[in-house]
Amino acid sequence: MKAWLAILARDLRLARRVGAGAELGLVFFLILVSLLPFAIGADQRFISRIAPAFLWLSALLATLLGLDRLLQADEEEGVLDQFLLAGAPLEWLLLAKALAHWLVTGLPLSLVAPLLGLMLAIEPQAMIPLALSLLVGTPALTLIGLIGAALTVSLKRGGLLLSVLVLPLTVPTLIFGATLVKEAALGRAFTTPLMLLGGMTLLMLVIAPVSAAAALRHARQ
Amino acid sequence: MNESRPTSWLQLANPAVFNRWADRLLWPLVIATTGLFAYGLYGTFFVSPADYQQGDTVRIMYIHVPAAWLALFVYAGMVLSALGTLVFRHPMADVAQKAAAPLGAAFTLVCLITGSIWGKPTWGTWWQWDARMTSVLVLLLIYLGIMALWRAVDDPLRAARAVAILTLVGAVNLPIIKFSVDWWYTLHQPASVFRLDGPTIHPSMLKPLMIMALGYLTLYLSLLLVRMKTELTLRRIDRLQRLAAEIPGERA
Amino acid sequence: MAPLSTLGTVNAPALAIRGLAMTRGYRTLFRDLDLDLAPGQVLQLTGPNGTGKSTLIRLVAGFLRPDAGSIRWSPLPEELSPGEWLHYSGHHEGLRDGLTAHDNVCTLASLLGGDPSRAEAALAEVGAGPLAELPVEVLSAGQRRRVALARLLAAPRPVWLLDEPFTALDRDGQALVRRLIAAHAEAGGIVIAATHQPLDLPEMRHLALGGPAA
Repeated sequence: MKAWLAILARDLRLARRVGAGAELGLVFFLILVSLLPFAIGADQRFISRIAPAFLWLSALLATLLGLDRLLQADEEEGVLDQFLLAGAPLEWLLLAKALAHWLVTGLPLSLVAPLLGLMLAIEPQAMIPLALSLLVGTPALTLIGLIGAALTVSLKRGGLLLSVLVLPLTVPTLIFGATLVKEAALGRAFTTPLMLLGGMTLLMLVIAPVSAAAALRHARQ
Repeated sequence: MNESRPTSWLQLANPAVFNRWADRLLWPLVIATTGLFAYGLYGTFFVSPADYQQGDTVRIMYIHVPAAWLALFVYAGMVLSALGTLVFRHPMADVAQKAAAPLGAAFTLVCLITGSIWGKPTWGTWWQWDARMTSVLVLLLIYLGIMALWRAVDDPLRAARAVAILTLVGAVNLPIIKFSVDWWYTLHQPASVFRLDGPTIHPSMLKPLMIMALGYLTLYLSLLLVRMKTELTLRRIDRLQRLAAEIPGERA
Repeated sequence: MAPLSTLGTVNAPALAIRGLAMTRGYRTLFRDLDLDLAPGQVLQLTGPNGTGKSTLIRLVAGFLRPDAGSIRWSPLPEELSPGEWLHYSGHHEGLRDGLTAHDNVCTLASLLGGDPSRAEAALAEVGAGPLAELPVEVLSAGQRRRVALARLLAAPRPVWLLDEPFTALDRDGQALVRRLIAAHAEAGGIVIAATHQPLDLPEMRHLALGGPAA
C-alpha cells in the first residue's frame, strides 16, 4: 500500500510540475467544444441534438492525451525496472498510475462537462446524467488506454499507434456513455446504459492492469 | 525464481520439419481450393435460384457470407496462436500469428466491400450503419491495429508477444463490442432496412454456400502456409545477416 | 549519527545458478553457466561489449527468463515477493525528470520497501546532500548517479546488482562506490557488479564472460 500511494503521489506531483496536468486537458476539451459550432453552424437545436455524442467524443480524445507518455517516460528512465522489484505486484502499481491519470484527466473533465453542456444547449435534465456518465465511463477509457500505453511502451513514435490500437476498443464505452446522456435528454430512464457503463469500467479494472503488466514484462524479455 | 522450459518444444518448432509438412500439404490445398471455387461459383451463378425479392443480387451472398465467417475464423486461429506464443513460447505460433493477420484483414475487407455492393441495390445506399456491418467494421479496425503493431516493433520476438496480448484483449472485447453495437442498433434502428439474411435459407442455396465456405477455408490455409514459409525464410535471412555481422575478428 | 552504509548486518540468501543458457538476437551469450555466491561475497563481471554482462544481471534480477537453467535464492523468507530482496542499478538510474532528487529517492524508497524519511541521510551519505532540492534534470550525469545510489541506502536490501556502477562518476564517486560495496559485503550482503574498473576488495570473486572458455 505504501508503494502504491508513493506512485500515486509521485504521478500527481509530476502532472502538476510537468504541466501535462488537469488544466491542459480541460483547455483541450474546451477548444474541441468551441470548434463544434464553427464546423456545423450555429443552429442551436441541431447542436443540442448532437451535444451528448460530441461531448463524449471530446472526452474520449482528451483522455488519450498524455497516454503515450504514461508508461514510456518511466520505461526510458528505468523506473519500471524498479516497479518490478517492488514488494507489490506490477498490476497493482499500474492501477495507481491509471488512477493518477484519471484524476488529472477524466475527473476534472467529468466535473466541467455540464458547464460545456450548457454552452451546447444540452437539455437541463441531462446535465447531471452527463457528469455521471463521464464519471463512471472515463475510468474505462483510461484503463483501455493503459493497455495501449503498455503495448507501445518501447516505441519512439507510439502516440499515433496507441490511438489506433485503443480507439476501436472504446466503442462499447462510447455507445453506452453517449446513449445514457441521449436517453436522459429525452427524459427517459437511463439505468440500463448506466449499468452497462459501470460494467465496462469494472471489467476493464480487471483486464487492463493484467494485460498491461503482461505486456510490460514481455517487452523486456 | 527462474525455471527453464523443456527444450522439446524447440524440436517441434523446427522450421525444416514445418517446411516439409507445408510442402506436402500446399499442392493438395491449392488443387482443392481451385476445385471448390470452380464448383461453388458454378453453383452460385447457374444452379442456385434467384431470390424472389432480391433477384440476382442475392448471389453475392455466396461471396459475402463465407468471407464474414472466415474473418471470425482467422481471428479465432490468431487467439490460439497468441496463447501458443504467450503460454508455450512456441516460435511457430509467432509465425502463424503474423502470417494470419493480413489474411484475416483481407477477408474482413472482402466482407465489407461485398456487403457494400450488395447494399446498393437492396438498401439503395452503399453504406448503412447496420449492426452487422458496423461490427465487422470494428473487427477490421482491430485487425489493422494488430498489423500496425507488428510493423512498429522491430524485434520479432517482442512484436509477437505484444501482438499476442493485443489479440487476446481484442478477443475479450469483440463479444462486448458486438453486444454494444447490436444494442445501439436496436435503439437507433433506421426506418426501413432490408435484412441481408433471412433466418431460413433454402437448401438449394445452402449447398453452394457451404462449398464456397470450404473453398474460402482451403484458400486461407494455402495462403497461410505460403505466408508462414515466407516469414520463416525472411527470419532465416535476418539471422544469417546478423551472424555474418558477428564473424570473429570483425567485431568492433 | 552512524552512516547508513554500516547500519546493522544483512541477512542475504545464497545464490545458486545452474546450467544457465541465454540467447539474444539469435546469438548464444552463454550456456551451462554455473555460479554460487554466498552471503558476504562480491562478484565482479567482466567481458567485452556484447558478451552478456547486462543480460546476466537482468536475468539474476528476474527481468528476463533464461532459455535454460535455473537461478535460485535460498533460504528466502516466504513472505517476500519475487525481487523483493534485490537492488538493481542499471544504465538508467530510475530517476524521473521533473522531480527533485529528494522526491525521487523518497519515491524509490517507498516503492522498494524502505523508509522515505531516510532519503535525506542517504543523499548526504552519497555526497548529494546539497543537491536534494534540485530537480534531477539539471544534475550532471555523475550527480544523477550519486542520487541513484542513495536508494541503495534508503531501502536496505541484501542483494545488490550493479550494472556499470562507476559510469560518469569522478574519482571521489568511484571511491564512494567501492566503499559502499565493501561495507555491504562486510555486513553480509551480496554484490554482483559488472565493471572493468578494479574493485580492490580483499575477498572477491571474478567471472569473465565472452572468453573462449565461456
